[in-house]
Amino acid sequence: MTDKNWPLYEVFIRSKSGLSHRHAGSVHAADDQMALDHARDVYTRRSEGVSIWVVRSSEIVASDPEDSSALFEPAADKIYRHPTFYEIPDGVENL
Amino acid sequence: MYTQGLDQQGNKGEDPEAVESAELLAAFQARIDAEAKIEAKDWMPEAYRKTLVRQISQHAHSEIIGMQPEGNWLTRAPNLRRKAILLAKVQDEAGHGLYLYSAGETLGTSRDQMVAELLRGKAKYSSIFNYPTLTWADIGAIGWLVDSAAIMNQIPLCRCSYGPYARAMVRICKEESFHQRQGFEIMLFLSRGNDAQKEMAQDALNRWWWPSLMMFGPGDENSKHSAQSMAWKIKRFSNDELRQKFVDVTVPQAEFLGLRIPDDDLEIDEKTGHYNFGEIDWQEFYDVLAGNGACNRQRLAMRQKAHDDGSWVREAARAYATKHAAKKAA
Repeated sequence: MTDKNWPLYEVFIRSKSGLSHRHAGSVHAADDQMALDHARDVYTRRSEGVSIWVVRSSEIVASDPEDSSALFEPAADKIYRHPTFYEIPDGVENL
Repeated sequence: MYTQGLDQQGNKGEDPEAVESAELLAAFQARIDAEAKIEAKDWMPEAYRKTLVRQISQHAHSEIIGMQPEGNWLTRAPNLRRKAILLAKVQDEAGHGLYLYSAGETLGTSRDQMVAELLRGKAKYSSIFNYPTLTWADIGAIGWLVDSAAIMNQIPLCRCSYGPYARAMVRICKEESFHQRQGFEIMLFLSRGNDAQKEMAQDALNRWWWPSLMMFGPGDENSKHSAQSMAWKIKRFSNDELRQKFVDVTVPQAEFLGLRIPDDDLEIDEKTGHYNFGEIDWQEFYDVLAGNGACNRQRLAMRQKAHDDGSWVREAARAYATKHAAKKAA
C-alpha cells in the first residue's frame, strides 16, 4: 500500500483579540479543514488561541538567509530614521 | 519554520561535508558562541544537522511511545477525576510528539522517515518506557519521577541553539509541570491512605527510582556525544550534573511523602549540600537500550499495530481530499 505523505501546513495562532497571529508550528493534514482541526487539537489545548490560520507550507514565499545582508543591512546605517537620532534641547516639551 | 526543504538533502548529488570549509565552520561556531539562534534555512554543518535530527526524533518517539505505559491505566483509573486528568496527560504526550516531529522536519527529514526509523527498530526512544506499569501507583511515580527527570533535561533545551527545537521545548515545559504535579498528587493521596495504599506507593518508588536516574544517560566519562553537543549549545549541562540536581530536589519530596528511596548509600554531604547516592546498574540500562527490557517488543509491536490500523483512515482522508479538490476545480 502506498502511504503518501499528507501535505504540511504552517499554523498561526491569535492568542487573544487585539493581538496578531503568530507562528506556532506545523501539522500534516489531507486538506484545509483537517489542517484546522489538527491545529486546534495540537496547538490550543489550553486556551492558547481565539483564531487559527493554516497555510500550506509550500505556499509560503520566504527570504533566503544568504540574502539577509543585502536585504537588511542597508537599514543599519540609516539611524536618522529613529527619533533618538535627534538632539532636542532641554526645556522643549511635547516633542 | 518552513520546511519546503524536505528530502532535498539527498538530491544535491554532492557530499555536503566536503563543502564545509574551515571558514564556514568557524563562522558557525562564532554565531553559536555569541548565543545566536540557528534557524531552519541557515547554513549549518552536516554533523550539527544529524545530531539534531537524531536527538529530536528520539525525543519525539519517546513522547509517542510514552503514551503506552500510561494509556494502560486509562480505563482503570480509580475515579472520573483521575481518568479525565490522565486522558489529558496522554493527549499532551501525543501533542509533544507532534511539536517535536514538526521541529525535526525543519531539518529536512520528514515525519514519515522518522517514524519509519522507529518502526524498523533503528531509532531509539527513552529507555524508561520499556518498564511496565503494574499498579495505579506507577502512574503517580511516572508523573512525579519520570516527568521531573524529563523537566530537568528539558528546561535547558529551551535555550538550545537550534530555534525550532528551543521553541517546541518552551511549549512542552509549560505543560510538563502539570504532569509532574498530578503525579505527585497521586503519590500524596496514596501515601496518606491505608497500609495497602502506602505499600503500593512505596513499591512503585522502588521500581521507578533507578530507571529514572538512568534517564539522564551514561555518566559523563562514558557519554559519547556530550562534548560536541555542549560546544554547539544543544546541551547545556552534563548528564551527571542534571542527575545530581534531580536527586537533590527529589529526596526531600520523598521524605515529605514518608516514602523511602531504595538506596542504602543515599546520604547528604554536609559540606556540599548535595546527596551522595549509590552505584547505578549500567548493565541494566544498556540491556534495555539494546531491546531487552521488559516491554521493548510489546511497545514497538503496539506502535506498529496502531500505525497499520490507521492506514485505511489516512488513505480515506486522502481520497476524500482528492475528490473534493477535483470538484472544486470543476
